[in-house]
Amino acid sequence: MPAITHEDNMTQDPTRRAPLVLGEPDLASVTETVCRIAERPGATPAWYVAFVVSVALTLILFGSIGYLIIHGIGVLGNNSPVFWGFPIINFVFWIGIGHAGTLISAILFLFRQKWRTSINRFAEAMTIFAVACAGIFPAVHVGRIWVIYWLAPYPNQMALWPNFRSPLLWDVVAVSTYATVSLLFWYLGMIPDLATLRDRATTKPRSILYGLFALGWRGSASQWHRFETAYLLLAALATPLVLSVHSVVSFDFAVAQLPGWHTTIFPPYFVAGAIFSGCAMVVTLAVPARAIFGLKSLITMRHLDNMNKLILGTSMLVAYAYMVEWFMAWYGGNPKEIFAFVNRALGPYAWGYWLMVLCNVVVPQLFWFKKWRTTPWLMLIVAILVNVGMWMERFVIIVASLSRDFLPSSWGMFKPTSIDILMMIGSFGLFFTLFLLFCRFLPVVAMAEVKAVLPTRDPR
Amino acid sequence: MNPVAEQSGTSQVAGILAEFRDSEDLVAAAAGVRAAGYSQWEAYSPFPVHGLVAAMGRRKTRLPWLVLLAGLAGGGGAVALQWWTNAVNYPYLISGKPYFSLPANIPIIFEFIILLSAIAAFGGCLALSKLPQWYHPLAASPRFRRASTDGFFITIDASDPCFDDAITTQLLQSLGTVTTEFFYRIDSKRGLPKYAIPTIAILSALALLPPVWIAKARYKQSSLPRIHLVRDMDLQSKYLPQQTSSFFVDGRGMRPPVPGTIAVGTPVENTHLRLGTVHGLPASSFPLDVTAELVERGRQRYNVYCATCHGLAGDGDGITSQLAFDREEPKWIRPLSFHLELVRDQPAGLLYQTISDGIRKMPAYGSQIPIQDRWAIVLYVRALQRSRNASIEDVPTDLREYLR
Repeated sequence: MPAITHEDNMTQDPTRRAPLVLGEPDLASVTETVCRIAERPGATPAWYVAFVVSVALTLILFGSIGYLIIHGIGVLGNNSPVFWGFPIINFVFWIGIGHAGTLISAILFLFRQKWRTSINRFAEAMTIFAVACAGIFPAVHVGRIWVIYWLAPYPNQMALWPNFRSPLLWDVVAVSTYATVSLLFWYLGMIPDLATLRDRATTKPRSILYGLFALGWRGSASQWHRFETAYLLLAALATPLVLSVHSVVSFDFAVAQLPGWHTTIFPPYFVAGAIFSGCAMVVTLAVPARAIFGLKSLITMRHLDNMNKLILGTSMLVAYAYMVEWFMAWYGGNPKEIFAFVNRALGPYAWGYWLMVLCNVVVPQLFWFKKWRTTPWLMLIVAILVNVGMWMERFVIIVASLSRDFLPSSWGMFKPTSIDILMMIGSFGLFFTLFLLFCRFLPVVAMAEVKAVLPTRDPR
Repeated sequence: MNPVAEQSGTSQVAGILAEFRDSEDLVAAAAGVRAAGYSQWEAYSPFPVHGLVAAMGRRKTRLPWLVLLAGLAGGGGAVALQWWTNAVNYPYLISGKPYFSLPANIPIIFEFIILLSAIAAFGGCLALSKLPQWYHPLAASPRFRRASTDGFFITIDASDPCFDDAITTQLLQSLGTVTTEFFYRIDSKRGLPKYAIPTIAILSALALLPPVWIAKARYKQSSLPRIHLVRDMDLQSKYLPQQTSSFFVDGRGMRPPVPGTIAVGTPVENTHLRLGTVHGLPASSFPLDVTAELVERGRQRYNVYCATCHGLAGDGDGITSQLAFDREEPKWIRPLSFHLELVRDQPAGLLYQTISDGIRKMPAYGSQIPIQDRWAIVLYVRALQRSRNASIEDVPTDLREYLR
């Protein structure tokens, strides 16, 4: 059997099934490739540089949050009439990023898309870190964060209960459920790989720590049987959950009566946008990660090609949603609604709208060309622009709509403060810090799953 | 002798470990072990091998049923929670909608179903597999460590009724094992340290103290002020009564009233001008000189403050009044026409008091209109009243010709 080359992996010949991993890795070499990353005594200089920068940004984030808590939310740009500024934009942005991770880990699993195996672990990690970043923003922008537990339904001396018919409470429940389920799904899938790291550990601390988190996994037939059942069930639970989370996030807007928000297309529109932005973030992370950590044989060009096709597809879904919004504004005949959209395209935030259209609709069309889909630095440019575009989308939805509501006398412009901007940049720092720690100490590729799809898993 | 056995000295054989070349051999051997009648045994692989559980004759896991139960409990619990909290214990009236309506409760029900199912899937998977398990006899075998990388193993426990060192080894060899070795019962020292369990128990008990303390504080009465961890609005940058201030020269936070301030109820000088009374009764004369300028000032002020309700001519038909009648506002009281006998007979001081203090639905204008202007308005109202009840004798003689 000839060695499998890059070209073979990209084959479009329907009579040949493209291999999911390159080279001829056997079981031991998969373990070796993945574990080596976590077992290296020191990281590469690139990792250290990235880590120091990320930690610095994370400190800025927590510093800003401390300043915010001490001084109150007046330090943010949120003010009449734009009461939802950067915190909610960042929240929706980050929660959306998470969705692609669940798509890859759960939805593609249910559809038996075996190519997902080598990218699902870090896509799930991305989900959890993105949800962690997202959760910070609504929590700190409530003002008195020390009474945030009032959101929970618990018997209290005020004899009050939360209003379960409010989309804002649905949002709290949906996002915390999403964070919990994603974490359980990620951790459950990682237990066998943590056991591999435990069994390979050469030092006492590694042996104890990995042993603690591997929970005594031995890989017995009955354990694997229950593991696979639980994994399938979690995938089946996470699939409707991921669709519900961004739908519920969109209810925060759609249930309000503000022109530009009050529309039934929001749930599917938000879900498509979330997966779109998340896929772009997967590419943004995968391209440097596979180069730095030597994973090119596991995270192959075909994986990136598939992700880019997903970006292209979801970009067109998002473009369709933009068009439907315009159509509904016109067809509905409501002058306020028509004004809201004309204002988006021609009003004071027109620059944001057209930047959004450029990044989300025009730029991804480059992925029709194979060269753009298969050249790492070119796809990185597109992916980063998509991330910018999706951030702008939330900016346009929130700021452009709130700044021009029904009463012209209460119109006003939004101006972010330096704390707003530092918190946004800082959240990227937190995200990358967590991601770098994950790359350094945990199995970045689901070894057991890759082994199960290896063509060479049985030597004979 | 096995090196592990040597280390642990008097260890007892816990079972036999046999390695196989790949997953196909493992499945075939598992079927063989099963056929030989063993019951206390297990197969291990680095990835899930399909068909292995069936070959071993093990039944399918009950995990899906557990998850179903948890999901139902989550859904039922969410319905009950929302019903109890929002419809019974603290009914929320929202735009006249029913207190309990399923469509509005679906998102929470859905999320609770997913949350509890997922926790059950995760927890059930571990619990049914008896995890976490901090130590296991096989952990002592260096060979077995490869089970998580590329090793395929079968273990047969010594506790199995069919187990026999020689016969079992022979069986495994006949099933194509690469190598076999014995593994041994764990020396208790190799597991969790002895002090671990009591330590965890004591720490857990200590961790319960704060919630118990809080619960006690909730149900016990105390004369001490409550503990406020976060001061919230208790702490405001303002002076409370009797506080000192470094800002003012006299060092007092409380400031004396500005000079000339009078207390409520203090006798007023010139009651005629200020209150419109003379000897406690409404004055019938004007405290100011009646001039054409004052009438003109009164006309101008009247049109600003009064005409919207009372009408430009004082008939009680201003635009506000008309609008209220058009809309049949039930609480609207139409202002009386100034040309009624009742109003015409009122002394000027009474009109002044009405403007100052308000009457019926009419608010007090004393705070908005200065005293002189109030008297000017009274004068203009008098002029309006006169205009409807005048005779030709009231007109100056040089203008009478003009009227005819």
